Amino acid sequence: MRKKLLSYLLMAFLTMTTLGGCAGGTDESSGDNSSKEPVYGGSVVVGIQQDIDSLDPHKATAAGTKEILFNIFEGLVKADENGNLMNAVASDYVISDDGLVYTFTLRDGIKFHNGNPVTAEDVKYSLERVSGLLDGTVLISALSTIESVDIVDAKTVQVTVGSANTELIYSFVAAIIPQGSGEDAQADPIGTGPFSFVSYAPQEGIVVAKHDEYWQKGLPYLDEVEFKIINSPDTALLNLQGESIDIYPYLTDSQANELQGSFQVLSAPSDVVQALFLNNAVEPLNNVKVRQAICYALDKDSINEFVAGGNASLIGSAMLPSLKDYYVELNDVYGTGANPEKAKQLLSEAGYPNGFELEITVPSNYAYHMQTAEVVVEQLKAAGINAKIDAVEWNTWLTECYQGRNYQSTICGITCDMTPGYLLNRFQTESSKNFINYQSAKYDEVFQKAQSSLDLKEKAKYYSELQQLLVDDAGTAFIQVPPITIAMKNNLGGYKFYPVYVQDMSTVYYTE
Amino acid sequence: MKEFIKEFLKNFKGNKYFWAGLAMTGLVLILAVVGYFWTPYSTTQMSAAERFDAPSLRHLFGTDNFGRDIFSRVMKGVGTTVFISVLVVLCSGAAGIIIGALTGYFGGIVDEIVMRVTDAINGFPSILLGLVMITLLGSGSHNLIVSLAIVFTPSYVRIVRSEFIKLRDADYIKRARLMGVGHLRILFVHILPNIFSVFWASVMIGFNNAILAESGMSYLGIGVQPPDASLGKMLSDAQGYLITAPWYALAPGLAIVWIVLGFSLLSEGIRRLQE
Repeated sequence: MRKKLLSYLLMAFLTMTTLGGCAGGTDESSGDNSSKEPVYGGSVVVGIQQDIDSLDPHKATAAGTKEILFNIFEGLVKADENGNLMNAVASDYVISDDGLVYTFTLRDGIKFHNGNPVTAEDVKYSLERVSGLLDGTVLISALSTIESVDIVDAKTVQVTVGSANTELIYSFVAAIIPQGSGEDAQADPIGTGPFSFVSYAPQEGIVVAKHDEYWQKGLPYLDEVEFKIINSPDTALLNLQGESIDIYPYLTDSQANELQGSFQVLSAPSDVVQALFLNNAVEPLNNVKVRQAICYALDKDSINEFVAGGNASLIGSAMLPSLKDYYVELNDVYGTGANPEKAKQLLSEAGYPNGFELEITVPSNYAYHMQTAEVVVEQLKAAGINAKIDAVEWNTWLTECYQGRNYQSTICGITCDMTPGYLLNRFQTESSKNFINYQSAKYDEVFQKAQSSLDLKEKAKYYSELQQLLVDDAGTAFIQVPPITIAMKNNLGGYKFYPVYVQDMSTVYYTE
Repeated sequence: MKEFIKEFLKNFKGNKYFWAGLAMTGLVLILAVVGYFWTPYSTTQMSAAERFDAPSLRHLFGTDNFGRDIFSRVMKGVGTTVFISVLVVLCSGAAGIIIGALTGYFGGIVDEIVMRVTDAINGFPSILLGLVMITLLGSGSHNLIVSLAIVFTPSYVRIVRSEFIKLRDADYIKRARLMGVGHLRILFVHILPNIFSVFWASVMIGFNNAILAESGMSYLGIGVQPPDASLGKMLSDAQGYLITAPWYALAPGLAIVWIVLGFSLLSEGIRRLQE
């Protein structure tokens, strides 16, 4: 018996070493298919991390939903891959000199998925719906400033707003849907995007098919795209390797290394601001010194190294470095390395000489945030803060943390659109998105000034002031803008990275 | 008497199962106890320079994606798993004895109700039931112990109850009752010692099941929370690196096999000794 056992063990050991020997053999660089000829047709399966919160484009709030709805819906204007606006449902627009009147000209021949042409009535209906003019409920807060939507002629719509705002045009990416279809949008969403809705199964995924009469000639290439919900990042990796999904856009650095060679692994900066969000309303985080101590305790350099392979951009405040005109480099305030002595000193000044217990709630479907959390726990330990991770499901996170604000701290990401105001907007005291309960009268005041300012230089000055305020108050411990790393089958091409959080499938094609 | 001891020792000597099991379980216990006080490296200390180091003399089982020493984490993980499993077996065993004894001895409508409840609990797969419990109670090792204890209690209740039913009408119990012995004393002094061998066998099996259940729950991310080490969580973290760092998955996997195998051998050995 003992001999038998020994031989089993030996066998196990041998397998271990031989398997170990295999590793590192396949280290070809990932192929770039952009030079190969695109082929029309085919279908792909894209792995996504979370369920859809609403199929109604005006009611969807989660970034993970919007990135998919981007394929189905379009606004008067839409984002392009360079972070600029391009005309979509509108073929042209004019903004009056005082910034109060927007005149949109509709594109000729543009059609909804149901075959009906897009009319001025549809545009009027959609804009009135989101701005609350229809039934009093504002669905997109930025557009609540719309005072009236007037149809000038069959192809022209005039929008009058209450106050001028140079960033407002970016909000007209709001989806245009057929007149009166709002009630049915949840069951049968209809838009003008490159793909039309086919089916949706909760917890499973959503299927879209090619919109044959899409206004951009030649797009999309694919006949069908399935977005498949895969809650566990580990399962996603196995699914990729087992070829049951073709594209997975949310890889961690080590996962990317695992897939190098057998997949095309592409990477670009994301539009996500990742932070250790601190609930400013709960003990002991309501003390500014405690929050500062946490900022000092973090070693962002090594987080970057462990989780992003050194490819992330470290940030000190809520702004993307890619928004160059507005970004202020604030990494020096608390440093990118760890400073546990300073943190301890601040903690004892705050009355916590022996540290305290901190609970970090993390949505477990995000491997990136989970791994960051593991590193953060270790770093906080050095400053005497005894942190522990509470991994929760995405829905729990959304209701408890984000909407219920019932948490102590959380690691996750917030996304940005193409405007700097979008990120900073949520830290106003009364903002419904202010899930960290940040309170600063000064901040609110400066934000209002920034919003109403028409001079871009002045606006940039206010925005930099806001970033500085956030950092000085240590409203939250900002960490990084993670890279977005995708894995895609070798025979696919045309994937485009956007500076906004979308998965554009219209340009993806097979090469053979 | 001398003959008996000689016989007993001979049984011991010839009992390969017992010795193999004892050696394997002993090693596990030593690792667990030592791991509680000391590990070669810190189980949570990360090192960017040593990520995914293959097994070597420096790191016996290699390192993981954070550059943590896997051998140290396995030591800690074994301790955690064994500790949780022992507590689960203790709690569910105790609950099983009390509930099983009372229902089996007294019978009646309460017995009927309790039995239907245990039927209901048994109707679910144990992992699924554990998942439901965790969702209700919240994750973390305390809640894991509670929920697994609840999941495992019915099996002990059934075994204890059936033994009590068998013995409650035995002549010696009837006599004791006639002599005016109290119910409690009959339950725990007169009957309980006589069902020990049957109960022991079920505890042995239950312990192995508890280890597998704990690993399963941690694997699903609802047991021990990171960065604390647990075998199940290590396995689930490691599955993404099966090709590039197979040692990461093999170490905790083999550890689980080792514990379960060792304990199975040990219980088989003890069973043979009893015969």
